[in-house]
Amino acid sequence: MTSKADRNASKDTASSIPVLPRILKLALLIAMDTFVLWFLIKLGALGYYPLAAAFLIIFSFVNIVVLRKEAYPLRWMVIGLVLMALFTIYPIFFTVWVSSTNYGEGHLITKKQAMDQILGRKYLPPEGETYSWTAYKSPEGDYALWLVDAEGNGFLAKPGEPIAQPKPGEAGIGELDEKGIPITIEGYERLNPFTAATDQNLTQIQFGEEGKTIQIRSPSEAAELVPLYVYDSGQDAMIDQQTGVVYTNLRGTFTSSSGVSLRPGFIAPIGLNNFRNFFISPALRGPMVELVTWNFAFAFFSLLINFALGLAIAVLFNDPKFPLKKTIRSLLIIPYTVPALITILIWRGMLNPQLGIISRTLENIFGWSPAWFSDQWWAKFAILLVNLWLSYPYFMLICSGALQSISKDLYEAALVDGASSWQQFRKITLPLLLVAVGPLLIASFTFNFNNFNLIFIFNAGGPPIPGTPTPAGYTDILISYVYNLAFSGARGVDYGFAAAITIIIFIIVGLITLFQYRYTRMWEEVSQNV
Amino acid sequence: MSDETKYQQFRKSQSAQRKLGIFIREVIAVILIVFSIFPILWVISASLSPTGTLATQTLIPRNPSFDNYRTLLEAEQFPFWTWFFNSIKISTIVAVVSLFITAMAGYAFSRFRFRSRQTMLKGIMLINVFPGLLALVATFLMISQIGDVLPFIGLDQQFSLILVYLGGAMGINIWLMKGYLDTIPREIDESAMVEGASNWQIFTKLLIPLLRPILIVIAIINYIGTYGEFVLARVLLRSNENYTLMVGLQIFAGAQFQQRWGVFAAGALMGALPIMIIYLALQDQIVGGLTQGAVKG
Repeated sequence: MTSKADRNASKDTASSIPVLPRILKLALLIAMDTFVLWFLIKLGALGYYPLAAAFLIIFSFVNIVVLRKEAYPLRWMVIGLVLMALFTIYPIFFTVWVSSTNYGEGHLITKKQAMDQILGRKYLPPEGETYSWTAYKSPEGDYALWLVDAEGNGFLAKPGEPIAQPKPGEAGIGELDEKGIPITIEGYERLNPFTAATDQNLTQIQFGEEGKTIQIRSPSEAAELVPLYVYDSGQDAMIDQQTGVVYTNLRGTFTSSSGVSLRPGFIAPIGLNNFRNFFISPALRGPMVELVTWNFAFAFFSLLINFALGLAIAVLFNDPKFPLKKTIRSLLIIPYTVPALITILIWRGMLNPQLGIISRTLENIFGWSPAWFSDQWWAKFAILLVNLWLSYPYFMLICSGALQSISKDLYEAALVDGASSWQQFRKITLPLLLVAVGPLLIASFTFNFNNFNLIFIFNAGGPPIPGTPTPAGYTDILISYVYNLAFSGARGVDYGFAAAITIIIFIIVGLITLFQYRYTRMWEEVSQNV
Repeated sequence: MSDETKYQQFRKSQSAQRKLGIFIREVIAVILIVFSIFPILWVISASLSPTGTLATQTLIPRNPSFDNYRTLLEAEQFPFWTWFFNSIKISTIVAVVSLFITAMAGYAFSRFRFRSRQTMLKGIMLINVFPGLLALVATFLMISQIGDVLPFIGLDQQFSLILVYLGGAMGINIWLMKGYLDTIPREIDESAMVEGASNWQIFTKLLIPLLRPILIVIAIINYIGTYGEFVLARVLLRSNENYTLMVGLQIFAGAQFQQRWGVFAAGALMGALPIMIIYLALQDQIVGGLTQGAVKG
């Protein structure tokens, strides 16, 4: 049956598609390929090689899918696959690549971009072809130069425009005087040699555009600028043409033997240094141990408390005859229906020291209220409390769902055997429930392990740990620390290190998932279902 | 005492216990309900309190008014409507497009047999282990690199945010969709095929109507998830008029939380309302979908 449907499917596409749609399809494909090719060239010019490689692979795949008949089923999902490959899979690989580099402050552009900038720098050589010059100035303060070379040819040079060789009458050039210099240039006024020689601006200006630029060297001479640096690919170094100093590539900056470096620096591979920093840097070790411990503790206690309350409610109200059961459930589910970010902000307001309702009430009753945001233990407690409010409805829902599926006969039998309610719960409810919701509990652990929103929005990871090399707080978890490294900008961004920590999170999450599959035999189930 | 009477006594005491049990449980229910809805009531009260600061608020506001709502909607530096509209727009586009992607992919996985089918299905499951949030830094750098060549897929573009969200469309929902499609007998397709219908016609005319319940659940879960997403939007969007509501509210809260608590409360309530309504109206369907799929994110 299966193969028949498939044969029908491929026959459909092979023979019944008329010519016009097929031509249209090819035209679209060619248009797409042309665009992608242009895009790849642009990416290459900027030195974004990993991204270019990803696009090349992904769009080659698209071509195969569209052109090959046996890939017909994939045409049904090609858009989804492309988006997934680009925005979900590629970032994972790119994270690996970034983690092996010093991408960050001082190394924000690719080597290609940095070299283009450095190689674009010019200097005025003491020798070389020279011109005599006459300066003109417009009322707006723009300058133009009239240059005359050794053979007596005249040139017009303006900043940012190519150097031209106009004849009188063209481009606003007026009559030439006896030395071959225009008396007037439209829009400009000719400066007398003395004014020109004392004009401070004039010697700073580069006339002409990229490729051929001319600068004034002395009151009588102007000369063409030449590149200051030449790149020697053999020793991966920039050589200063004026001084002869060699700047070799030292981890993303061209640096001379005396330690002077050329700006800008660029992204360079540094191997496993980011990981080494994470594990053995003495300055980081204290805060890192703190952070990782809290990260696990937070995920574990969140799961424990939220699950316990959710389960307790589910068990208490499992009785189908309980009055107003449906209404109670609807009211209890409310915390879950508000977008988490909004809830967290509301709690932030309610817990605000002195001003928030909870702090004010405690103040009135006990004359004291905890420092919810500035004391690390109270901050941690508050985070667990807010998370309890946010998540217990979820556990309540999944637990009551699972309770329905436990056979009533088991409880009847237990009752006959004289088991107490506690014994029933321990020996029947809990084990069976854990089997049913186990995978969801592990997923929830993973979710809380990376619960960025709660940590970041509640207190931005604070209170801060004093004396850390990069900002970190007592309630920061790994993912919020990554965010600080990459986006807070307090002490300069460090994408490389942030990516390395991301990889460590990947590994932890991967291991938990592996455990989940092992423990619950979910993978076998998955394999049977495909 | 005979066994008979012992049993009756046992039953009697059980019924008394039961009544007590119900009473205790009612008390617990009330406490829990207070815990659950107090923050919401508190925000409603704050939004109606005309003094509008955190310190002066009481649960039953004196002289309630809609001043805070008026201030919110008129504030120039906090364009609430723009943010709200951005959120609605982005969530709707993402929900609709990913529905198409999911439905078509689910159809292919359910109805065709091809070589890489199993590998792909398992691969999708594995990739879902690492949610987009984790590769935050790489996503940010990647978008900024693409933007150097194509500015409309660069930073501070809602289009790039939408694309990044859609990158997660081939997710766990494919499994949900495929599972649902597997329950629809293939004989239906085959009889249509005999009539000369193409795959596309079978999919759109025959299966989509049958899939409606699961399509609604998936669309709503996607909609709610996108509406509440914060960190990717925070990182990729840069300018006030491009922010989603979640980013806007967070920035608002950071700027003038204590003085303008009432205005914030009004914004928070109006922002939460659409999602709360969807949830409470479609409770059963959503809960079913959520507990099968992922955790709220």
